[in-house]
Amino acid sequence: MREGRLWLRTSFGLGNKVLQINWLYVLLLCCLAGVGYAALYSAAGGSAEPYAARHVLRFATGLVMLVGIAMIDIRFIRRLAWPSYFVSLALLVVVMRYGHMGKGAQRWIEFGGLQLQPSELMKISLVLALASWFHRASWERIGNPLFLMPPLLAVLAPVVLIVKQPNLGTAVITAILGGVMFFAAGVRWWKFVLVALPIPFIAQIAYGHLHDYQRARIDTFLNPENDPLGAGYNIIQSKIALGSGGMWGQGYLQGSQGHLDFLPEKQTDFIFTMIGEELGFVGGAAVMVLLGLIVLGGMLVALRCRHQFGRLVALGIATNFFLYVFVNIAMVMGAIPVGGVPLPLVSHGGSAMFTVMIGFGLLMSVDVHRDVEFTQARNALA
Amino acid sequence: MRRDTRHSGIFTRRALLLMGGQVAILGGLAARLYQVQVLDGARYATLARENRVSARLIAPPRGRMLDRFGTVVAGNKLNWRALIVAEQTTDLGATLDSFSRIIPLTDYERARIEREVHRHRRFIPVMVREFLNWDEMAAIEVNAPDLPGIIVDVGTTRMYPFGDQFAHVIGYVAPPTEADVEASPELSLPGIRIGRAGLEKQYDEDLRGRAGAVQVEVNAYGRVIRELERQEGVEGEELGLTIDAKLQQQVLGHLGGESASAVVMDCNNGEVLAMATNPSFDPSLFDSGVSQSQWKAWAEDKHTPLLNRATAGLYAPGSTFKMNVAMAALEAKAITPADTFECPGFYDLGNARFHCWRKGGHGTLNLRGALKNSCDVFFYQVARKVGIDRIASMGHSFGLGTELQIDLPGARAGLIPTREWRESQGHPWNPGDTVVAGIGQGYIQVSPLELATYVARVATGREVVPHLTRKIAGELQSGSDPADWPAMDLTERYLHVVREGMWAVVNEAGGTAPQARLPDQRWQLAGKTGSSQVRRVSREQREGTNFDSSKLPWEQRPHALFVAYAPFDSPRYAVSVVVEHGNAGAAAAAPIARNIMMDTLQRDPGGRDTLPGDQVAMNQVTR
Repeated sequence: MREGRLWLRTSFGLGNKVLQINWLYVLLLCCLAGVGYAALYSAAGGSAEPYAARHVLRFATGLVMLVGIAMIDIRFIRRLAWPSYFVSLALLVVVMRYGHMGKGAQRWIEFGGLQLQPSELMKISLVLALASWFHRASWERIGNPLFLMPPLLAVLAPVVLIVKQPNLGTAVITAILGGVMFFAAGVRWWKFVLVALPIPFIAQIAYGHLHDYQRARIDTFLNPENDPLGAGYNIIQSKIALGSGGMWGQGYLQGSQGHLDFLPEKQTDFIFTMIGEELGFVGGAAVMVLLGLIVLGGMLVALRCRHQFGRLVALGIATNFFLYVFVNIAMVMGAIPVGGVPLPLVSHGGSAMFTVMIGFGLLMSVDVHRDVEFTQARNALA
Repeated sequence: MRRDTRHSGIFTRRALLLMGGQVAILGGLAARLYQVQVLDGARYATLARENRVSARLIAPPRGRMLDRFGTVVAGNKLNWRALIVAEQTTDLGATLDSFSRIIPLTDYERARIEREVHRHRRFIPVMVREFLNWDEMAAIEVNAPDLPGIIVDVGTTRMYPFGDQFAHVIGYVAPPTEADVEASPELSLPGIRIGRAGLEKQYDEDLRGRAGAVQVEVNAYGRVIRELERQEGVEGEELGLTIDAKLQQQVLGHLGGESASAVVMDCNNGEVLAMATNPSFDPSLFDSGVSQSQWKAWAEDKHTPLLNRATAGLYAPGSTFKMNVAMAALEAKAITPADTFECPGFYDLGNARFHCWRKGGHGTLNLRGALKNSCDVFFYQVARKVGIDRIASMGHSFGLGTELQIDLPGARAGLIPTREWRESQGHPWNPGDTVVAGIGQGYIQVSPLELATYVARVATGREVVPHLTRKIAGELQSGSDPADWPAMDLTERYLHVVREGMWAVVNEAGGTAPQARLPDQRWQLAGKTGSSQVRRVSREQREGTNFDSSKLPWEQRPHALFVAYAPFDSPRYAVSVVVEHGNAGAAAAAPIARNIMMDTLQRDPGGRDTLPGDQVAMNQVTR
């Protein structure tokens, strides 16, 4: 009865649903986008053009998408999980054959004037598909290795395609994301160990098959000073810029390294470095706190959701965001090899913004529909 | 519901675990950020300053060369040039294509540019084209937006106001080779040149100077934002030569169109006042690279314009060698000045007969008369008496057939044979070899520079060494004072006899070179002729009635030589002249030597830095 009442409440008209959206969380996202605006304004040398103004426009569009997706019933989204997975997989194949080359890799496709990065779409689709698979899986079935085979394949297929693009960073992130989903679904510890054991050997073999530029990236990471004007340049310049920021920074719009163009791609991958240079450790740490709140907020959405699909989706989306943040910040500090991973909602760039906002839309939808009941009929299907 | 609770329990546990992990990782990143920004901050801040400030080398102007009176003989002129910075263009090929539409580049040039861009760091500018004129520069500036990475700047390039007249003395400069750049990286500055020949090579390090540095604030693309500090380079040092440019021109004028060379030297200190060699070449051709066809032309020219005949042309000295033979014999007490020898026109050694140049012979002669008449038979006999080794050792002390240590690369030492030398070649020394050595033929070879040194030493009895630099950076170098040169270990009385003989050659009736007599009564010239055979004259030719070496083809005619000093009573200048295939020394070389000596005596540049009257005009040329 109680459930029925809740169901009624949550399916109450659209206006009510809008009120159900976790606006506090949306506010956090707006803050982050605001940080992005300020940083891009500085990156353009104190001008809204060409980055900051477009950033706001994109974020506004993304916000509309977010609200729209948040309105969609989570059970309907579950029905779309596998179809969206296969569409994403197909797009990955398409991008391999027809995609635009960008920095030596095929990652983009044009979609009605919009640049689309299928690997980003795939990460969300994968979260949905795995969440759907594990939604009503019984404890016993999760223990059955045969039951785990299809989702494992569902992870491996896109990972292999993304490696072939080649985009090693995103492939690793996708694999980790899949692993986290398995973990959250309750797969036993020892099975992870079993899968993890051969990884060093695979890595060794994979290293032999890597493209030169990928190998250079790993080598450079291991010893950036070896080649200060070549591949190690980015990392060294980034560390120098961060270091020159000190505790309080050189002041907004005053960062010398960024403004003298030493900092590569300061409006995209290295935006965090610019923030660190201008606003110091205090500013950088504040942005990290904001990012951490968004991650933990997503995890809290997962924890308070009453159905497994929603929990897994929320956890997956939050983890995906966390991985973005981790890879980007660790990269600019020289803690992991450089990979073209932007800082979500801060870096300049359309495709990443939209996929991230789609993800947060799903997260909001989970939160709005956290108490819904999935019908038995669909349980049987699962 | 139970199942869901169980799910929920596991999920909550694991989600909390993940959250813990995420917080820990973010905390780790924050700690790392603290380390990079705050703990290591100072170090990175220093790096940041270095990053922004880029030190650039500025090529110093190459030191000039002035003649002894301050006339510029090697200077610098402005050179507008287009450079490309690879870092500032995304497509090198496209930029060069656009450039070619304005100023056509040859395939060869493009290949060089691409090779150099590849070799250097991407922020180092590479020369695209030098010596741009105003129109070309304007065209580049107007099209700058289509030429990313192209910059125009001004450097200096070498300028030789006298063209080919000093080419062999001054030498030339050329761009450094890849090996040079590897050995000393400062040579990678665009437009830098290194001396490849002559004084440019000898004094390359002094002339090159030290590269200056300018500290500029740059952005990551190397574009200069502003200049912070400038440390001017040390300009290459100025070289003051011993040469008198005007005299050099006059000497060249006297050589005319012959394949010839002449050296004018200050007898008292070895300063070379003129060193002329004909034909010559344009030294500025090397600055931008010599074309294949030019090389071919030079290589095929039988007059070998690239050869500095004065220092590297080796000739048998002929009769000019006789003073040396005489001194060797006198010092060895093999003869006395009063001893006489008979000249019947020939000298027999075993069954070989050696002729005198005069068919009927000279009759009875003492040393003075033998020098005056250049009697061959006299010196055949004297040479036999004194022996080759003592002739050689006296020759070496006069500077013949030895390394003279002149400050000019490429000088070759001549040769005076000794027994030891001949035996080291696997042959015994024949008495006949000594006989021909007595008249400066056979294996003997000397350069015009050695001849001038020899005459100077005979004239003054001082062991002067020829040299070409008087001042480096305004500092007078040692050697300009006659007292810097030690007296030779020779008996003055004997030297006097030899000098008397040389005087008689020119000034006494019956001497072999009356053509060399000076028209001005104030001065008297002492000299000696020489003809050096380049091929053996057969007995049939010699005994045939109408043998005349001047009828031989040019390459087979003897070289004509003349050595001289003046004034006779207080020697100041020594001159040597070699006219290749000029036939007879008296006819071809003596008048040239006389004219040169006349001009030299009139200018009288020895020991002076200024010429009265000339001074103002010279200064105007200099500045």
